[in-house]
Amino acid sequence: MSRRTRLAFFGVAVAALAVTLGVGLAGLPSFGSQITAYAGMLNELAQRQRHVTDVVSAITFDYRGIDTLFEEFILLSAVAGISVLLRPLSDETRKLPEDKAPDRSIPPPSPAVWLLAVFLGSLLVLTGIETVTHGQLTPGGGFQGGVILASALYVVYLGTNYVTVERFEPAPLLEASDGTGASGYVFIGLLGLLAGASFLSNVVGLGTAGTLISGGTIPLLNLVVGLEVAGGFAILASEFLDQTAVIRTRQR
Amino acid sequence: MSALAYGVVAWLFLIGIYGVVTSRNLIHLVVCLSVAQSATDILLLAIGYRSGGHAPVFVSLPAHPGPAVDAVMQALALTDVVVGAAVTGLLLALAVQVHKRAGTLDPDALRATRD
Repeated sequence: MSRRTRLAFFGVAVAALAVTLGVGLAGLPSFGSQITAYAGMLNELAQRQRHVTDVVSAITFDYRGIDTLFEEFILLSAVAGISVLLRPLSDETRKLPEDKAPDRSIPPPSPAVWLLAVFLGSLLVLTGIETVTHGQLTPGGGFQGGVILASALYVVYLGTNYVTVERFEPAPLLEASDGTGASGYVFIGLLGLLAGASFLSNVVGLGTAGTLISGGTIPLLNLVVGLEVAGGFAILASEFLDQTAVIRTRQR
Repeated sequence: MSALAYGVVAWLFLIGIYGVVTSRNLIHLVVCLSVAQSATDILLLAIGYRSGGHAPVFVSLPAHPGPAVDAVMQALALTDVVVGAAVTGLLLALAVQVHKRAGTLDPDALRATRD
């Protein structure tokens, strides 16, 4: 199909889509006028029922916890899929970069860059842990905190070099973190069955609202999701880095 | 206000799709898809907004009186972001392999390559 035919097809399709979209959007309640009765109820009830102050976390990990279970598995399968796609292919080999000019040493990163990396890296780890553990209190949680934790790896790479990063990302540990996080969610769900309630019901003591230990299973689920997301995104970072640094076409 | 909020949604979605259709680079195509996908985030948040509302986080409430916005839509937007990141990652990995096999990232040039 030539470029022009494709654009013509697109023009017809997008006109139909724009009309449908316009009719659909026009049928929505006007912006800022109301929220659904369900959401209003949850805003009222979640604090008393689950002893949390962040209702979004209560919905993600409790009221609609089963959705999040599948969401977590989508992420796990995506990470697995990317690992499979980016493996060394039949005509490729893994080879660490070697020093071709040993008589000239690689200049170390400038102290300013190194200091910034140390400062930013520790700040990212701290913020990540804070975000994961306070999911039931303030905006945040396992998904957000996990991504912040994994991004510390990029800072280490920017501040040092590839060989140092290799030491910071032991693959078995990252994979274990990813897998433990995903299965941990299921195990915490099974606690509900063990207690004689339904799967993923909040059966752990709820604690005092507004303190670190509150919300029953919600902070626990945040922790396992944080583990999974941090491990998964760190795996992604190392897979994409490997593509440029160690995976190369085999010499024939 | 309604027209602006939903207009942005429609514009982002359509311009994203336009970018996907006319793209000459697979990385650019993935970014265009992310633009189209971000329209759904804005749609969810726009549906859940309430005039003068505060975030559905009930810490230090006296400082922020008034109604809270829809927490369900925010939870759905979170799901949307996560799935979007998963899709983007997979597509970028595919783009890396396409570039290795075909030596190009132009979708139009890919038709000629057979491997």
